[in-house]
Amino acid sequence: MKQPPPIAENLDRGATSFGGRAAAALVPRRRISGPVPWVLAIMIMLSALAAGGALALSNLASSARGELAGAITVQIIEADAELRAQQSELAAELLLQDPAVRSLRRVPREELDRMMEPWLGVADAGDAIPIPDLLDVQLNRQASEAELVRLQSLLENDAPNSRIDAQSSLLEPVYSALTALRYLSFGLIVLLALASSSAVWLASRSAFTSNRETMEIVHLLGGADKQIAGIFQRSVAMDVFMGAVLGLALGVAVMLVIAGQFAALDSGMVEGGGFDWHDWLIIAAIPIAGVLIAIMTARMTVVSALRRML
Amino acid sequence: MSGGQGRIVTFDNVGLRYGTEPEVLSDLSFTLFPGSFYFLTGASGAGKTSLLKLLYLAQRPSRGAINMFGRDVITTPREELPEFRRRLGVVFQDFRLVGHLSAFDNVALPLRIAGVREADIVRPVSEMLDWVGLAHRAQSRPATLSGGEQQRVAIARAVIGRPDLLVADEPTGNVDPEMALRLLRLFEALNRLGTTVVVATHDVQLLKSLPDSLIMRLNKGRLLDPTGALRYPPRASFASTHSLGGDGE
Ligand SMILES: Nc1ncnc2c1ncn2[C@@H]1O[C@H](COP(=O)(O)OP(=O)(O)OP(=O)(O)O)[C@@H](O)[C@H]1O
Ligand SMILES: [Mg+2]
Repeated sequence: MKQPPPIAENLDRGATSFGGRAAAALVPRRRISGPVPWVLAIMIMLSALAAGGALALSNLASSARGELAGAITVQIIEADAELRAQQSELAAELLLQDPAVRSLRRVPREELDRMMEPWLGVADAGDAIPIPDLLDVQLNRQASEAELVRLQSLLENDAPNSRIDAQSSLLEPVYSALTALRYLSFGLIVLLALASSSAVWLASRSAFTSNRETMEIVHLLGGADKQIAGIFQRSVAMDVFMGAVLGLALGVAVMLVIAGQFAALDSGMVEGGGFDWHDWLIIAAIPIAGVLIAIMTARMTVVSALRRML
Repeated sequence: MSGGQGRIVTFDNVGLRYGTEPEVLSDLSFTLFPGSFYFLTGASGAGKTSLLKLLYLAQRPSRGAINMFGRDVITTPREELPEFRRRLGVVFQDFRLVGHLSAFDNVALPLRIAGVREADIVRPVSEMLDWVGLAHRAQSRPATLSGGEQQRVAIARAVIGRPDLLVADEPTGNVDPEMALRLLRLFEALNRLGTTVVVATHDVQLLKSLPDSLIMRLNKGRLLDPTGALRYPPRASFASTHSLGGDGE
C-alpha cells in the first residue's frame, strides 16, 4: 500500500476571500425556473404602472392648476344688448390698463351662441334670451379672493353689471376628483409595495429553506456568517433582479403605449400629464427598491438562522 | 501550535441535554493531548455523536466548561468561532456533503472557505481523492456515489486542510474492512503530522489495529475512566511515539 498523500502542507490560508465562482456554485442557480421571478415581475410592473399613473395625474393636476390659477372670467350680465356691449367695451379697456392683467380676450358672440346651442336650440336664440358677454382674462398673478374684490371694485362704476369669477373655482370639482384619484393610486402603490415586499420576503425565505443544508455545512466548516450571508444574498438578489428588470420593462412598455394613445387624443390637458426625468427616476427606483428589500431580507433570514446555530 | 499548554481540548464537568430531556451526557471530564489518537466507543445511543458535536462546535454544553486551543469556548464570542472550526476536520456521521457540488468541490470546500488560492487547491485535492480511491469520480455528485464512496469524500474533506483536531463519527461504517484500514492509515498519517484524532466507532477490528491509541468508553452518557488516564494520561502513552505539538503551523 502506498503512502498517503502529503496532506496539504503549507497551504496559504487567507490568501483570498471566499467568493467568485466557487462560492456562487454553493447555491445552485435555478434561473427563471420557479414562479418567484414571474410573480415579482408582475408585482413590480403593477407598482410601476400605479406609480406612473399617480405621477401623471399629479403632473396633470399641477400643470392645470398653474395655468388656471391666474385665469378669471368676467361676465357682463345685462339684458339690454346695447348697454351690455358698451359695458364689455369699458370693462375690457379698464382691465387691460390694470398691471395685474396679462392678456384679455373677448369671447365673440358666435362662440357663445355655439356654446349655448345644445341647450337653447336655434342659433339666433341669443336674440330672444339675453346671454351675458364673456371676457377671458389671464392675470400675471394668482387670482386670489382679494384680487377678485379689487378688480370687481375697479369695474363698479363703468360696468356695474359685471361679475368676476376665478376659473379655478369653477374647476374645483375636477381638482378634487383628480386629487382623489391621486390618493387612490398612492394607496395602491403602498399596497403593491407591501405585497411586493412580502413576495420578495417569501422568495428569499423559500430560497433559504432550500439552501439551508448547504449554509449549515459551510457554517460547520468554518464559514463566517458574513461569507454565508454574502453567498446567499447574491443568489437571491439575482433572482429578484431578473424579475424586477422584467417587471420594469413591461410596466414602461405599457406606460409608453398608453401615453401614445393619449397623445393621439391631442387634448391640451393631457400634455400636462407627461413625465419629467425625475418622474422616470421614481419609476426606476421601484425595481431597485425591490432588489434592496430582497438583499436585506436575505441577509436577515440567513443571519437570524445562523444566530440560532452555535 | 495551539496546544501551548500541552492540550488541545479540556472538558470539565460537561453535561448536555437536548431541550428539557434528561441529560444525554453527564459529568464529562477529560483532556485531549496534541498528537494523540483516541477511539470513542459505546453502545448506540450512548452519546458518541453528541460528544463529538460538542467537540466540533455544533452544540453548546448545558453545563460545565470546554477549553479548546487554549481558550474557553463558552465565553468566546460567536464571531470568533469560525476561526476555531477552521482548525477542525470533521467526518459527520451523515456525511453532510453538499449535494449539488462534485466530489472535487466538496473536498475543496474547507480550503476555499479558509481562503486558499484556487491554484493551490487543485493538486492536494486531486491527490487526496486519488488516495481514497475516487480519482475517477472527482466530477461526480454525491447522489451518484455509493454510501462508501460518499464516506470517503467526507473523510477526504475532513483531512484536506490538515486540521489540528480531527473528529470522525463512524468514518468506516460503510466501507469494507480493507478500505477501513486504508482510511485509518490516512488518519494515522495525519496524526503523525501532529493532528489530534478522535474517531467514534463500533468497529473492534479498527480498535485493535492501532494499539497506541487511547480509548474513551461512553456508557449512557458517562465516560468510563476508572484509572483517570483520560484526565491525567501517563505521558509515556503518547509522548514517546508522537512528537508533542508536531510541526504544525
Ligand atoms: N437533536 C437531538 N434532540 C434530542 N435528542 C437527541 C438529539 N440527538 C441525539 N439525541 C439523543 O441523545 C442520545 C445520544 O445520541 P447520540 O446520537 O449521541 O448517540 P450515539 O452514541 O452517537 O449513537 P449511534 O451509535 O447510534 O450513532 C440518544 O438517546 C438520542 O436519542
Ligand atoms: Mg452517533
